[in-house]
Amino acid sequence: MAGTAVRGRLTWQIATVAAVRPETASVRTIQFDIPHWGGHEAGQHVDIRLTADDGYVAERSYSIASAPGEPLELTVERLEDGEVSPYLTEELRAGDELEIRGPIGGYFVWDGGEAGPPLLLVAGGSGVVPFRSMLRHRARVGSTVPVRLLYSARSLPDVIYRAELDMPGDGADVVYTLTRQQPPGWAGHSGRVDGELLTEVAWPPGRGPLAYVCGPTAFVEIVAGELVSLGYPPDRVKTERYGGVAAP
Amino acid sequence: MSPVSRGFHGRRREPDADAKRVPPGQYVTTDFPVLSAGPTPHTPLEKWTFAIRQGGATAKSWSWQEIRELPAEDVTADIHCVTKWTKLDTMWQAVSLDTLLAQVEHEARYVLAFCDGGYTTNLPLADVTGGQAWLAYGYDGSPLQPEHGGPARLLVPHLYFWKSAKWVRGLELLAADEPGFWERYGYHNYGDPWREQRYAGD
Repeated sequence: MAGTAVRGRLTWQIATVAAVRPETASVRTIQFDIPHWGGHEAGQHVDIRLTADDGYVAERSYSIASAPGEPLELTVERLEDGEVSPYLTEELRAGDELEIRGPIGGYFVWDGGEAGPPLLLVAGGSGVVPFRSMLRHRARVGSTVPVRLLYSARSLPDVIYRAELDMPGDGADVVYTLTRQQPPGWAGHSGRVDGELLTEVAWPPGRGPLAYVCGPTAFVEIVAGELVSLGYPPDRVKTERYGGVAAP
Repeated sequence: MSPVSRGFHGRRREPDADAKRVPPGQYVTTDFPVLSAGPTPHTPLEKWTFAIRQGGATAKSWSWQEIRELPAEDVTADIHCVTKWTKLDTMWQAVSLDTLLAQVEHEARYVLAFCDGGYTTNLPLADVTGGQAWLAYGYDGSPLQPEHGGPARLLVPHLYFWKSAKWVRGLELLAADEPGFWERYGYHNYGDPWREQRYAGD
């Protein structure tokens, strides 16, 4: 049954930036200090609100990058045409304040159950953010649920959380595919995620896997469709699409 | 009182005339983002029907052909997604839900839209009658694409766009309100963008 997500009013809370960490050339992870943060589940997101000195306000949603029980972290990719992401990735620094409310979303979440069907996580670009929360959560609670992350990135330097993902823990593995540029001697996968790669990497449907797919719209459309073609029931494929919006 | 975000100026791209059309917390996009909780279903048109159900039984059902033979309207509307984007002047080809509901005798006060893929969303009857809601099958002069909810979706532009259910296959007429998919996952039961009713309790 649904409904673990949000009960009662979600109020805006003042969050102080505790630290900003570079992940790649265009991606930053921001850790916040929120005095009364009520916790979150792996896979949820928050809304943030920025206020200019003349009262102009902008709101956006971002996936939570940290595990339940850890300080709230958001990982933000700078979009060249963006209004908010350049501010968050280039201007924001420790000690700055902004407003956050959440956590939001009760569907694209994983509760970290000790036993359960294997998880397949398929990420396109910054779609990996909620999966970092899930993988850290899995390690923290000592879950033995087998997890496989298939992560499509443009190039190796574009891989977010690489040091962490290279050591995902027992029973978890991470498979990269690099779509635009591969380093010399790259022995991993190249090119976009397609039916052939999913056939090789995805858990067989007979094991009753649960799949989460997160990334740009076109990516999610293809991956989710291919998983259904492979025999995954549609209700075992949870998706989160980044919309491919030029604006945020 | 919101703290000022040091160094944040924002872009304010919308001309003043458009700014009045943008609900609080929203920004204007010219793109058409896609959001849904699962894979895109592909139901062949020859198997597609739109049904109005009541008391567990189908009160009225239309084939694709029958829907297309009903009077259609060109609807221009601003749409507002709870994930913050607003798109102005979207153009749809659609059948008014008034036309469909008029063919069924009922005393319902709510409807629950049901869809391919299992998605549902709830709406007061008063919000889907009186020229406020449509079954849309055309977008911008072309058939509605599957990722945007084709072959047909609801269009209820005065509420957040999750109420405009994609891949809709019918309406269940109800005497009492019953939360739909996102409404059970913590989103607002009604979803008025002008009152910023995004989440339960807003």
